[in-house]
Amino acid sequence: MNTTNNKSLLDVDQLSEVDIQNIMNEADKLSNDNIESTKKYNSGKSVLTLFYENSTRTRTSFELAAKKLGADVINISLGSSSVKKGESLLNTVKTLEAMQFDLIIVRHSDAGAPYFISRNIDIPVINAGDGLHAHPTQTLLDVYTIQKKLGTLKNKKISIIGDILHSRVARSNILGFSKLGANVYINSPKTLSLFKNKFFEGENSLVNFVDDIDHAIENADVIMPLRIQLERQEQGNIPSLREYSKYWGINEEKIKIAKNNVMIMHPGPVNEGVEISSSLVHGDKSQINLQVKHGLFIRMAIIKTILSEANK
Amino acid sequence: MKSKKLVIKDGNIIDPSSRTNCIGDLVIENNLIIDLIPNSNQTYSDEYEIINAKNMIVSPGFIDVHTHLRDPGQEWKETISTGSRSAAKGGFTTITSMPNTIPALDNANIVNDLVNRSKTDAIIRILPIGSITIGQNGVNLSPMNELAEAGVIGFSDDGNPVSDSNIMKQALTYSLYSDLPIINHAEDKKIVGKGLMNEGIVSNRLGLFGADSSAETVMIARDLILAESIGAKLHIPHISSSSSLHLLEIYKNMGLNVTAEVTPHHLTLNENWVYGKKGEVPDYIDEDSYDTNTKVNPPLRTISDANDMTKGLSEGIIDIIATDHAPHSDIEKHCSFADAAHGINVLETAFSSVFDLYLKKSISMDRIIESLTSRPAEIFKLNKIGGLKKGYNADVVVIDPKAKWKVERHKFVSKSSNTPLLETNMNAKILVTIYDGKVIYKDGNYNV
Repeated sequence: MNTTNNKSLLDVDQLSEVDIQNIMNEADKLSNDNIESTKKYNSGKSVLTLFYENSTRTRTSFELAAKKLGADVINISLGSSSVKKGESLLNTVKTLEAMQFDLIIVRHSDAGAPYFISRNIDIPVINAGDGLHAHPTQTLLDVYTIQKKLGTLKNKKISIIGDILHSRVARSNILGFSKLGANVYINSPKTLSLFKNKFFEGENSLVNFVDDIDHAIENADVIMPLRIQLERQEQGNIPSLREYSKYWGINEEKIKIAKNNVMIMHPGPVNEGVEISSSLVHGDKSQINLQVKHGLFIRMAIIKTILSEANK
Repeated sequence: MKSKKLVIKDGNIIDPSSRTNCIGDLVIENNLIIDLIPNSNQTYSDEYEIINAKNMIVSPGFIDVHTHLRDPGQEWKETISTGSRSAAKGGFTTITSMPNTIPALDNANIVNDLVNRSKTDAIIRILPIGSITIGQNGVNLSPMNELAEAGVIGFSDDGNPVSDSNIMKQALTYSLYSDLPIINHAEDKKIVGKGLMNEGIVSNRLGLFGADSSAETVMIARDLILAESIGAKLHIPHISSSSSLHLLEIYKNMGLNVTAEVTPHHLTLNENWVYGKKGEVPDYIDEDSYDTNTKVNPPLRTISDANDMTKGLSEGIIDIIATDHAPHSDIEKHCSFADAAHGINVLETAFSSVFDLYLKKSISMDRIIESLTSRPAEIFKLNKIGGLKKGYNADVVVIDPKAKWKVERHKFVSKSSNTPLLETNMNAKILVTIYDGKVIYKDGNYNV
């Protein structure tokens, strides 16, 4: 689906700037198309969503996107651990390959699982989230949302705040945003950061891990708090949600030093009052519902692009 | 019966047990070494079988004190028969059976069964290692004295650490009766958590849960403290991190009777191999990545750790090379990284892997051979093997240092082929393996 010649979309690192821009342009076109015309693009194609992890919004967004393109969609939700001891992942996907789907959209709790699937079948795969590793469609919809508002990501200060360690969104966003020239700032509790605060081998000046949250927020164009899970308290990563909220929760007071028109984004689902105050979630700086809306166009653009390339 | 006589002629004989490194002839009669003749011009009568070893290295047969044979219990991965043939191809004439078989080697009956079956199934020597605790459960000590009488050469719950510090203390104390080493798989499971590979930049990038190297060092620290106060023999298996090495050096300098082994993969590979590009760091992650054949415990560490292990081995802080040969069938590796089994298939590639360190001048050939022969024999009190002195058992290997070969899945003699070295070009090859005076392997063929 890109210059690296991969039939699948596994992460944004396989895309060039031009590839990303092509997807944005396609999403723009599709957002202006009426449903009668979009339904014709992939009419008769069969798309499978294969979710090994629970999801409501991402799965629904993909299903709706595929249906708006006229494709037939089958959904398989396999929860998480219940299937692990049953049929192997390989046998499952080989079976599905035999059913001749045109596209498989997969979410899996194991990092790399979509790569394994893509390696073993001829059908293109879209990674809808793999473990802690990647969530490329989220990054592309975030890029689209930022571009719509700011025109470009180049030289914009984008701050991602919170549980970086367990966030596939953060990993893909670091790759995608820095590729497009943004200055990415990362701030998190030290117990939820990456090892040695490093993501790339060697130096990469566009990704800054900072200890002081104000350093991240100051003059930021975009602030993106990440979901914090109660589980992290139980695992000893944070003392309590209360302590987390006090020092890392984003609220009106904390963002005063950001740019006036700062965009507040969140990959969802939101813990209101914990990582972000309710007033920010529902305030005029919030892009959260817009992100969801854009997600649909971006996923349509990706599905359409992959299916048309697969036809060549 | 007429005695069998064999001469390995004009080879570069390297025998660290007698500090020998010369060109000469090695003479074998029946199952014993009877002479080592430097700079020989001797001619031999027809009753001698001659192996021309000109330009070859002649070494004592290798000894591996850390082999997983999977037999009994997991014979689809490996058996005594296939494991011993795989070892012979790799130049090994003595290997061990780690006790994490099913059932575990935790009583004399099961050890006797292994010893008896080895007599018929194996083509080389197989020495059992007994488990420290019953069923390797980490709770109840095995009958260690009975196991010692049955012939085990050490105790280990390998695969599992002895997490309970009191049980470790008791095991070390009780081992004073047999004076055999306790080999504890050092790994603090709480630090490892969900860790699947070394915690570092690669685990950050791949989104795999990382296991910090401190998990190893913390438990080694505990074990060193206990071994020192008790005065027991501690042997540290598969040491992998610089901080562990540093601690080992401190305790060795204090005079503690502690020894350590390192695997070929912790010497020569590193965490970048998980990217699936033979150690290269790719521009973007692709379908080669998450190479499950690199999943091993302890995990492949950083380049700097691997370099330090090589230096530690070269200087003798790390005593020996051991393979941790851990065969797994294809299906156990053909899955997501999280689901994949831990372990690398090593016996057939071990020597060639470490030979590259010699080519890079990181370690001498004498030291490599010492760490595969006389030093393990010394640590595990193995009599009359691991050397080429007169009267020693005639276990000998002839190596072609100039040969080149490629690791290919279908050429494995082992039942499994789980190694990240598949399709890698290797230097140096085992030409002949002689066990107990008999040529059991020569030019790719078995003669047993």
